[in-house]
Amino acid sequence: MNRPSVAAAFAGLVHRDLLLAARRKSEPLFALGFFVIVASLFPLGLGPEPELLRRIAPGVLWVAALLAAMLSLGRLFAADYEDGTLEAIAVAPVPLAVAVLAKVAAHWLVTGVPLVLASPVLALQYGLPAEAIAVLAASLLLGTPVLSFVGAIGAALTLGVRGGGVLLALLVLPLYVPPLVFGAGAVDARLAGLPAGANLSLLGACLALAAGLAPVAAAAAVRIALE
Amino acid sequence: MRRLRWFRYASPQTFYPLAGRLVPVFAVLAAVSGAIGLYLGFFVAPTDAQQGEAYRIIFVHVPASWMSMVLSRVMAFWAGVGLVFNTRLSSMMAHALAPTGAMFTFLSLWTGALWGRPTWGTYWVWDARLTSELILFFLYIGYMALAAAIDDPRRGDRASAVLALVGVVNVPIIYFSVQWWNTLHQGASVSLTRAPTMAATMLAGMLVMTFAFWMYSIAVALSRVRAILLEREAHTDWARAVARAEAA
Amino acid sequence: MNWGSAAEFFAMGGYAFYVWGSFAVTALAMAVEVALLRARHRRALEAIAPEAIADEAAA
Repeated sequence: MNRPSVAAAFAGLVHRDLLLAARRKSEPLFALGFFVIVASLFPLGLGPEPELLRRIAPGVLWVAALLAAMLSLGRLFAADYEDGTLEAIAVAPVPLAVAVLAKVAAHWLVTGVPLVLASPVLALQYGLPAEAIAVLAASLLLGTPVLSFVGAIGAALTLGVRGGGVLLALLVLPLYVPPLVFGAGAVDARLAGLPAGANLSLLGACLALAAGLAPVAAAAAVRIALE
Repeated sequence: MRRLRWFRYASPQTFYPLAGRLVPVFAVLAAVSGAIGLYLGFFVAPTDAQQGEAYRIIFVHVPASWMSMVLSRVMAFWAGVGLVFNTRLSSMMAHALAPTGAMFTFLSLWTGALWGRPTWGTYWVWDARLTSELILFFLYIGYMALAAAIDDPRRGDRASAVLALVGVVNVPIIYFSVQWWNTLHQGASVSLTRAPTMAATMLAGMLVMTFAFWMYSIAVALSRVRAILLEREAHTDWARAVARAEAA
Repeated sequence: MNWGSAAEFFAMGGYAFYVWGSFAVTALAMAVEVALLRARHRRALEAIAPEAIADEAAA
């Protein structure tokens, strides 16, 4: 009897968060807009030389996506924390880790997926060839959920804390290094004519680890914030 | 019976004087072993064939790196104990270790840069060890910043404990990813950690200096936890008694 | 002994800046840490002291 209701609660939470995001249309657009603007700044700063842009594209696009994802983390729990919904979720019979998983899933759908979809367009601006674009999108598809999962821990730890935004960045950016290395590395490998499989597999491993452990850590952090 | 005695010292009131007696012991150990280590490093260990006298930096660089890693794990251990068993003193011990750990991480980076300049030509080399140390530095700073930003001390203890545990689990992953990244970009990778082939005296000097830094860390951490105890327990009778006694 | 004279010792085979720069900053960092710690301890005592003295006066 328990299992169907946990799944139903999960689906319900995801659905609710998606509805809320749809009403506040600014949210997905904010992360996406940031991604596009930052990606446009680098050529303006460095010059339009195609060879240079192709070389820096994997790193630049990955860092831009990473920063865009990170900036949207503040809103993951904040609204629910402020109006008491988070407390209600915490005392509900559903395991808090599952609820966190649901919120992270919804967050990723709203902020991460647009980044994945926009990446081919930006990659064209940098003159990346088709196979590299495919790897870039794949790496972001695997990587942005990792960023959401790991970021959720930071977001929960800094709930209602002074200097939240900058503090969140400080806490979360070191943890973002592995997905960044493997994600950008995958595209770099493809550009060099090597297979991207190894990097993408490592990224997949990061995702598996994050999906398993991050909700537990974030749930613990939420409980600490609610006391 | 032994178990009871152990938990007796987990009380702030009894731990404070105990720590007070231990600090001088470890301080002396640190000073003596430091003197021996420096003697070994400068007067016994020979000149290196390739790096000349510049290699002698390892007598502080390696111990500092080692301590920065060890302290992060000990800190995470005490933070975890405090989180799980709700013991205030354990959390305070973690907070006492953090600044020293951060200091050693900084020293590792500083001495690493000064070692890199004469040996590899640049102050900063993106090798796996130095880059991981840089990230470890950010983790220490994050831990201290989070604890400082939260007003309620107990919430601060628990939140920073989660961060410490997550961080310590991540450090090997981050280290591996940076090593991976280093091998991807083969051209730039020179390993700063390729220390000279160790003469026995060089190794001895390094180990003694590491021991000295270890003793120093314990002395400083015990001293700092005493200060934290006084800060947090300011309104208790025992703290007031201490204040009266120490002010005299 | 490694060094012919004190001058040789301080010159460190030309690497004086790097070697002494490392050791000096290490010593300095530790000295600063200890000094800050003593100051912190003193401040903590001083924060308690007024109440302790009041206690004593009341007693």
